[in-house]
Amino acid sequence: MFVYALRRIAMLVATLAVATVVIFAVMEVLPGDPAALILGVEAREDTLNALREQMGLNRPLHVRYLSWVTGLLTGDLGTSYTYSVPVSDLINERIGVTLPLALIALTLSTLISIPLGVLAAARHNRVADVGIMATTQLGIAIPNFWFALLLVWMFAITLRLVPSGGFPGWDAGLIPCLQALILPAVALALPQASILTRIMRSSLLDTLHDDYVRTARAKGLSQRIALWSHAVPNALIPVLTIMGLQFSFLLTGTIIIENVFFLPGIGRLIFQAITQRDLIVVESLIVVLVAAVIIVNFLVDLAYGVVDPRLRSRG
Amino acid sequence: MSEIFAEQTAPTEPEGPLAILKKGLHNRSFVIGAAITLVVIAMALISFFWTPYPFDGIEIANRLKTPNADHWLGTDHFGRDVLSMIMVGARNSIGVAIIAVGIGIGIGVPAGTWAAARGGWIDETLMRVNDFVFAFPALLSAVMITAIFGPGAVNAMIAIGIFNIPVFARVARGAALALWQREFILAARVAGKGPVHITVEHILPNILNLLIVQGTIQFSLGILAEAGLSYLGLGTQPPNPSWGKMLAEAQTMIAIAPHLAIFPGLAIVTAVLGLNLLGDGLRDIFDPRLRRLK
Amino acid sequence: MTGAPLLDIKGLDLAIGGTPILKSVDLTVAEGEIHGVVGESGSGKSMTALTVMRLLPVGSRPFGTVCFQGLDLLAANEPEMCSIRGRDIGMVFQEPMTALNPVKTIGQQVAEGLRWHLRLSKAEAESRARSLLDRVGLPDAKLSLHRFPHQLSGGQRQRVVIAMAIALNPPLLIADEPTTALDVTVQAQILDLLRDLVAEHAMGLILISHDLAVVADMADRITIMKDGTVVEAGETVTLFETMTHSYSKMLLTASTHQPDRTAPDSAAETPLLEVRDLVREYTLPRRTLFSKAPTMRAVDTVSFAMEPGKSVGLVGESGCGKSTLARTILALDRPQGGNVHFEGDDLFALDTEALYEKRRHMQVVFQDPYGSFNPRHRVERLVAEPLHLSPTPVTAIERREQVAESLVRVGLSADDMDKFPHEFSGGQRQRLAIARALITHPRLIVADEPVSALDVSIRAQILDLFADMQARLGLSYLFISHDLTVVKAITNEVLVMKDGRIVERGPTEQVFAAPEHPYTKALLAAAPDLDRALARRRRARDAVEA
Repeated sequence: MFVYALRRIAMLVATLAVATVVIFAVMEVLPGDPAALILGVEAREDTLNALREQMGLNRPLHVRYLSWVTGLLTGDLGTSYTYSVPVSDLINERIGVTLPLALIALTLSTLISIPLGVLAAARHNRVADVGIMATTQLGIAIPNFWFALLLVWMFAITLRLVPSGGFPGWDAGLIPCLQALILPAVALALPQASILTRIMRSSLLDTLHDDYVRTARAKGLSQRIALWSHAVPNALIPVLTIMGLQFSFLLTGTIIIENVFFLPGIGRLIFQAITQRDLIVVESLIVVLVAAVIIVNFLVDLAYGVVDPRLRSRG
Repeated sequence: MSEIFAEQTAPTEPEGPLAILKKGLHNRSFVIGAAITLVVIAMALISFFWTPYPFDGIEIANRLKTPNADHWLGTDHFGRDVLSMIMVGARNSIGVAIIAVGIGIGIGVPAGTWAAARGGWIDETLMRVNDFVFAFPALLSAVMITAIFGPGAVNAMIAIGIFNIPVFARVARGAALALWQREFILAARVAGKGPVHITVEHILPNILNLLIVQGTIQFSLGILAEAGLSYLGLGTQPPNPSWGKMLAEAQTMIAIAPHLAIFPGLAIVTAVLGLNLLGDGLRDIFDPRLRRLK
Repeated sequence: MTGAPLLDIKGLDLAIGGTPILKSVDLTVAEGEIHGVVGESGSGKSMTALTVMRLLPVGSRPFGTVCFQGLDLLAANEPEMCSIRGRDIGMVFQEPMTALNPVKTIGQQVAEGLRWHLRLSKAEAESRARSLLDRVGLPDAKLSLHRFPHQLSGGQRQRVVIAMAIALNPPLLIADEPTTALDVTVQAQILDLLRDLVAEHAMGLILISHDLAVVADMADRITIMKDGTVVEAGETVTLFETMTHSYSKMLLTASTHQPDRTAPDSAAETPLLEVRDLVREYTLPRRTLFSKAPTMRAVDTVSFAMEPGKSVGLVGESGCGKSTLARTILALDRPQGGNVHFEGDDLFALDTEALYEKRRHMQVVFQDPYGSFNPRHRVERLVAEPLHLSPTPVTAIERREQVAESLVRVGLSADDMDKFPHEFSGGQRQRLAIARALITHPRLIVADEPVSALDVSIRAQILDLFADMQARLGLSYLFISHDLTVVKAITNEVLVMKDGRIVERGPTEQVFAAPEHPYTKALLAAAPDLDRALARRRRARDAVEA
């Protein structure tokens, strides 16, 4: 297990290293001149040159790459062209919105989907199952930003229960912040919960037919106990993978959802940075997000060893 | 653009297209899904020849009309007919999604079957590349690509298509790898057939079902992704209407004209739901083992 | 054996989803009695057991009476059944690999029934589980309670399953093919264990098996089933002596069937196949980060030669490397050392065209009659596949002719050409596999467990076909099997393989009559043998009478 973890960490570092090269290449080599983008088409050549000099754009490519990467390693993510503040400050400021949002959504999705999935599998082919399956079918088909719009129309505009957008900041207190985050979190969670419910159900239907469930029944355990103590723990193993994958959907889902609700989070920051050609922000943010996704998947992989003893001995 | 995989299906008993169609007519998901999908496709095709009004016909006098006898789904803030825009939007959505699936299949399936056939370091390398692409959140990268290369339908297709490649590569490789262990493949090798020959003659026909099911899923995910990109202003560009763009415009007027937010959303849900049902139905038809479970 | 029987099944009918599965089955088991239930696949023997446990699939409708200790189980409600299962009736299933929950320790799983039925504390249940595992031959020194199923061998897992089944000393134990998935030496140990446990606790045991020899060896009484009905039942020795039903007789002859074989002339030409110092290794996952990946030698410096027209049997238990050896001989895998000479040429030194020539003369028949054919192709295309090796292109007409000829030769009809493989039974598919192998007129056929997946009656027919083809076409077989009786029936020479090495070789008769290597001796002693079992029982009966 230890060797396995070490090898996974080595792989993780290698993936991140390649990721920085790819991101750097795509962002620096392909698009136009950031200086020209900032100053506009009518800028004079000498002002452009001065800005390029100031931004370090005149240095050779590999020097710029190395200085960017060493910066990343020391926590210096560069300085935003448009905001003129360190990118790390921007991230610190915005993560306070995005992380709680993603966590609330993940919690909601898990709390809804696992019991529903178990219920559907246990009542296989009966009314509850058919109803749950139809609902999740719909849940998967609904684009989260449209669902967000409908939620706003319903709860913010018609019923006036919560604000339709914006974020008061954590200084304003817990309740207003949660009010601002609840609709976006629900909108984010809906499709994920639908997918997770279906996976939980089909995984459980599979394990319910496994031999060891029959063995448990032959010991005298009731259907219900055999389900919860033998089938469910095994059925959760594939569900865990999907939950790991969903973290990356939730993170990127914030790009759209934060735009719908005008939330000052990472997703909105990255979208604005892309449209404003604030390359250094985009590069650093993408590296940070990719790192987050890879690390979460790594943790999920390690968690496998906890739930599935067969994987503990892998070398 | 998510990684929901069709369950890996073992090759099942062969059936002619007629037998499959006959079985399909008894499968509720398939019938409903196919009907919805046909309607959406028909709507897109008809829009090439006829729409109730020109989709870009601005008529300020008629702006923000709720659904009525003249404009069945109402008009937007420029007085454009919503139904006409949705019809033309269908062809954009379908077009982007089909090409994106085509990119995924065209590159992913050869790569996946090749990796399975050769094994060793080729397989290892390909799977590493696959994992690498998976590490990039798909929507994030699509946003990045469309933003850099310029917003537009073509770049949206490419961006979505790139992330379909590893999906199909993984499905094709997984299924092909299982087949390579089967005795009928060993028998073909004893008959002197090489990897390419075996892949074409034995592997591809036996993973076709799986690819069709996965293709349907990726198609529906492509429609969702295109809508998301267009909503952000990175997909189809004006004056061409798209469902995502219509929702973005409707957002600012949701208090006064909620119908503008309802109908494009319903169009997306209908198209995606139809394809998902179709995919579920096809999976049941192709794989009797799963159908028995249901 | 006085009073009412422990279990009394009378007129049991069962339908699943409207399809009749069992038709008026009668079966009784007395206390302390081992009752064997024999039948081929689809005979309903497992369903009878599941009916007793009331663990039938959804949609099952049983009728009749299943009287256990005076209680009709078919009339019992679910809570009553829950208290009977595990406490009064224990069950051992066929597949030890999947019968245990992979995420729970074996200690937890053995203790579970005790805690459930007796409400024992965790510590008490664990200490009882410990002594149970000791009893089934898994002492603490060998196996801690905290091990997980995947860390155990197949035989050890089956012992755990047995420990679970006998945990509460049930008066009745049902064992459904408990040794079918196990190697023959392990099978003998597990059967001994079951026999001892039954004697110790005066348990009734229903032993379900497809193997007449196993049942004859174990059971006091036997019930023979076919297509959901009981065809014959009685005390073991008497049953074999007075067998009346044609099906039982057929089963008996098929179980001991020896195909007629004419001994080939021992003309000492150059060997047809010669394997020299063959080594095939697999790379295992690395143990530490920087160490070299360890390798596993599946085939370890194997050498042997085969004369034309002779058949060589390759015997060994699972994992001994016999299938890897076959794949290497077929030039499907490259060896790490040594070489394979076929018709005098080194297979791994040939160019593609020359290898084609060799492949035409060396074909294969696999074990799985279902996995051996691409399900999407018709028989004509399937059987014609090796014609790909033909040096000149084969026209469509020639192809049909050759396929027809090959089909007729193996006892099928030329009209079968346009069918799909799923339209054939398991035995017919094995005939198709032989037809495919014969189409290039090979000199050697490598047969990897070709009859292991078949029912005993079908097995006899296929063995006859192999013998017949050899006599008519002068074929040689490299016949790979875990089943000693099959090898004995069809080969001239035998190689015994263990852990990648050949441990004993010699003429078949000689090896079977006077084995030299301890492993061969163990294998032969462990193999169930009908005649031996019956002779022992007769002796015991005569001793009692005298």
